[in-house]
This record gives sequence, structure tokens and C-alpha cells, in this order.
Amino acid sequence: MEMSEAIVLAGSAIGAGLAMIAGIGPGIGEGYAVGKACEAIARQPEASGAVTRTMFVGCAVAESTGIYGLIVALLLMFLKPFT
Amino acid sequence: MKLPAFLQGSSELTVSGPKIIASFDVFGITIHFTETIVLQWFVIAILLLTARFLTHKLTIHGVSKRQAIAEMLVDAIHNLVADTMGKRWMFMAPYIATIFSFSILGSLISLLGLRSVTSDFSVLATWSAITFVMITATKIRFTGVKGWLKGFLDPVPVMLPINILSEVATPVSMALRHFGNIAGGAVITALLYYGLTGLSHLIGLQFPIFTIGIPAVLSLYFDLFSGFMQAFIFCMLTMVFISNAAPDETDH
Repeated sequence: MEMSEAIVLAGSAIGAGLAMIAGIGPGIGEGYAVGKACEAIARQPEASGAVTRTMFVGCAVAESTGIYGLIVALLLMFLKPFT
Repeated sequence: MKLPAFLQGSSELTVSGPKIIASFDVFGITIHFTETIVLQWFVIAILLLTARFLTHKLTIHGVSKRQAIAEMLVDAIHNLVADTMGKRWMFMAPYIATIFSFSILGSLISLLGLRSVTSDFSVLATWSAITFVMITATKIRFTGVKGWLKGFLDPVPVMLPINILSEVATPVSMALRHFGNIAGGAVITALLYYGLTGLSHLIGLQFPIFTIGIPAVLSLYFDLFSGFMQAFIFCMLTMVFISNAAPDETDH
């Protein structure tokens, strides 16, 4: 393997790892949302259906940044666009 | 004793797109006929047969078990649409049910060892393109072409590029979310098989004993839960975006 290729591969691997730092945000956000949903259900158990549904949609929207990070990491790891 | 290659587990890691069966050239554009298309035919066939099986010989009196299941499913979808979008959007229920069942079955087909339909980005891109067309059509229907175009200059004309960006970001993020979840799950499962096979070879076993049972726990999350969840969320977001594109109900 040539030196330049090795450097690109190493950079891709490091970049994939760095891209997954994006997972921190959704983790915190979703945990917060689920905690709040638990509080809401404890306060109003009869509204649990609507609360759960809204929470899942909110979680999905919050998750998209993490998913973008994951997709970038997967592209760097397996498609290797820079080699 | 040498084991056949089939029983040796995955000793190399490959992640690739769907297999291309044939390629055509149509007006200079190469169109690939892929594995995903064939699998989608399977999904469509299963859905058609199930629907046919559940709904033949419908009666009013003496409801059979089969009909009860069909009524339950239709009721669930109708309630979901009525709760999320309101009664005037009931005509959307068949579309939502189609996307929902197609997405669930397309994801769950991976339980049979096939490649799940929803881990191909083109499929999700198509679905979210349909949603995008529907959102735009709803806007034009309720406010007219002029009102729709004017919406881009809202609240101040300087916001035009940002408004265009947010319009485009809606379908892109919907497609990427579903695709990322399913494809990410598939990649993580592949990594797990690779790692467990390596672990078995490390302690000197030719047959990858660790790959029995352990991946099933992850499959429960990545295939079943994720598949259901993403189908539900895709439908939910479709409904929310389309009903938000229309102005609020004032009459009735």
C-alpha cells in the first residue's frame, strides 16, 4: 500500500469515528424527551397514548442529526469516497 | 476435518449496495435492475395475497375471525389518521396504510435472510418524493399557486433561500432517517457476525459457535423494533407534514 493511500485510509477511519460524536446530541435530547414524557404520563395517565405518540415522533426528529452522523461514518468506512 | 465454507461463518466483512441483476441504457441514462426491485415484487405479492385472504367473503352477520382481523387493522389505521390529521383527511387512510404495511414488510423481510427493501436508499427516496409532491399539492390546493410561491417569501423576502432549503430538507431528512436506521442496523449486525466469527476462530473452533443466539438479541431491536418504529414514524411524519401544509380547520 502506498503512503498516500494509507494516509487517506487512516483519515477516513478517524473521520468516521469523529462523525459518530454526533451521537451525543440525540442521546441527551431523546433521554430528556422520554423523561419528560414519563412525567407527563405520571401526571395524566389517561393521555398516555397521545403523549407516547408525540414523544416517538419528537424522538425521531431529534434522532435525524445522529443518523446523518451515522451515514457519514458508514460512507467513510465502507464506500471510501476519497481513495 | 475441514468444514464447508457455508458453515464457517463470515470471515470477511463486506458491505455493499443491492446486487445489480441487469442494466439498461435508456436515453443515455443507465437504469439498474436490482435485487431490491425483485424483493419488492415479493413484498407486493405477500401484501396482495394477505389482503385478498383477509377480505374475501365479507359479511355483516356472523363475522369470521379473518374478517375480524381485517376490521381491526382497518379500524386501527382509520383511528390513527383521524387522531393525527382530523376527520377531513380520511381519504389519506389507504395511502398511509399502504406505506405502513409496505415499510414493515420491507424491513421484516430481512428476518428471512434476504436484504431488506428499506436498506436501499432509492426506495425511501421514492416514498419521500411522493410525500413531497403531496405536501406541495396540498399547499397549492388550499392557497393556490400564487399563495404557494408567496409562502417562500414569508415572513421577509430575505428568507427565500432558507425557505427553499427547509422545503427540500423535509423529504431528504425523512428518507435519510428511515434508510439510516435500517441500513445502520444491517451494518452493525454484519459487524457483530464478523466479530463473533473471529472470536470463535480465536479460541480454535472452526464452527462459529458464538454466532448462534447472540445476534438474535440484536436482531430483535434492529429488525423488529426498528422496522416497526421507522414505519410508524415515516407514516406519522407524512401525516403531520401534509396536514400542516393546509390552513387550520375553521368551519365545521
